[in-house]
This record gives sequence, structure tokens and C-alpha cells, in this order.
Amino acid sequence: MKQAQGAFIVGMIFAIGLGLSGMTQPQKVIGFLDLAHWDPSLLFVMVGAIGVHAILYPIIRKRPTPLLDTKWHIPTRTEITPRLMIGAAIFGIGWGLGGFCPGPAVTAMASGQARPILFVLALLVGMVIFSKVDRLIAK
Amino acid sequence: MNMDFLNALLGGVLIGVAVTLMLWLNGRVTGISGIIAELLSTSGRRDAWRSAFLFGLLCGGFLLRLLNPGFFENTTDRGIGTILLAGLLVGFGTSMGSGCTSGHGVCGVSRLSMRSIVATMTFMAFGVASVWLFRTLIGGG
Repeated sequence: MKQAQGAFIVGMIFAIGLGLSGMTQPQKVIGFLDLAHWDPSLLFVMVGAIGVHAILYPIIRKRPTPLLDTKWHIPTRTEITPRLMIGAAIFGIGWGLGGFCPGPAVTAMASGQARPILFVLALLVGMVIFSKVDRLIAK
Repeated sequence: MNMDFLNALLGGVLIGVAVTLMLWLNGRVTGISGIIAELLSTSGRRDAWRSAFLFGLLCGGFLLRLLNPGFFENTTDRGIGTILLAGLLVGFGTSMGSGCTSGHGVCGVSRLSMRSIVATMTFMAFGVASVWLFRTLIGGG
């Protein structure tokens, strides 16, 4: 198996998980973020996902390398920066507005509905705007 | 509500399995915003695994649609303008903050990354504020 084939299978499993969990339904996300009329579903999604991954992560990392690559590609930064927090805040606001985050939005494009497709288009524009702003600030 | 909770948990477990598989096979974190952002640059496009992953998401989506279009039911009242603004903010914010719910929320938190724990708490808090503000100013669902 090659890395791309593996990644494709990962994508399919991820999408099915998203669908089953209800995260491709924006009202369930907004319901989780609406403390007044709280839908706790997303909490259980996180518990399920983190529960599995947190236990298996250290076990897998004991290997010298991943199965299909020569080295690990795990982020190494540790500093909590204003950039991290402001970015997360902006993301959070957008997430609460639309009820979409990147994964569910891409998956929901398969529905053919306008909103996920437009969301993803706007997301791409937002990413490009940021990279340009970032480059300008660096100067 | 009972079925909801079980489906949510099972769905979450599948997501956990998916990101664990990505780690085991390719040694990578499944940060979907990062995967998309990298594809916008030529260096990111060199590796096939990123587009393969996103294609997998789409194919999984089509499978879900075949099984039950209800998986994508959207009963929110957020219109096109709101959705476009939301997309812009999510694209901008995830790039600036180096991650989203999959990268920070699932992968980062699972490996006890302080950056990810802080980022996750931050976007959750602002998500709550965003919904509250919308409801207060505009109302509805």
C-alpha cells in the first residue's frame, strides 16, 4: 500500500465517522455551542475520538517509523502564542456562525447542497487572504 | 436522544480510528485545515496523500448520501451571506491558528499538546460566544 492509498482509506473512514456522529448536520454543531438549548452530541464525538486516539498514540509512537514512511511528521512547536489564540478565536467565531468546520464541510459537499460548497469556497479564499496578510506582516 | 448519543460516540470512535490509522501508516497528524491549506501551495501539492485524503472524505460523503441523505440535513437558518462570512473566518482563523477541530481538538489534545489544548478551549469558547451573539442579535435557529 502506498501513502496516498492509505490516506484515501483514512478519508473515507473519517467521513463515515463524521456522518454517523451527526457532525455533518450544522444544527447539531450549533446546538452543542448553544449553552441555552444544549445538544451534548459533539461532546460524545470528542470523547469517542480522543478516547481511541489518546490510548493508541503513545503505543504507535514507540515504533521507530510509521509503516509507510521513513520518519514521523508530528508538530513540534510548544509555545502558546497570540497568533495561535487569535487564530483559534477567529476560527471559533466562524464555526459558530456556519456550524461547519473544514472536515464536515468538505464531506458535506457530496450532498450537492449549496451551503457546504459555498462555505468551502469561502474557506479557501480565507486561507489565501491569510497567507497574503501574513507575508505582508513579515516584511 | 439515546440513539443520538450512541451514534455520536460511535462516530467519534470511527474518527479516532481514522486519525490513528493516518498516524500509524503515514506518521501524520490529521489536521484537515492544514491538509487543505498545504494544497494551496505548490510544495504541498507534491505529495499525493493530501488530495487522496480529501478525495476520500468526498467519497465517504457520497457513500453517506447514498445510505441516507439525512446525514447532511441542514435545518439551520444561516443564509448564504452568513455562510460565506463563516467560511472566510474559518479559512483565515484555522490558517492563523494552525489547526481546527481535527488537528487541535482530536489529534493535538490526544497527544497532550498544550498548544492544542489551549487552541481547542479557545475555539470552543468563541464558538459558544458566536452562537450566543447571533441568537441575541438575530434570533432564530
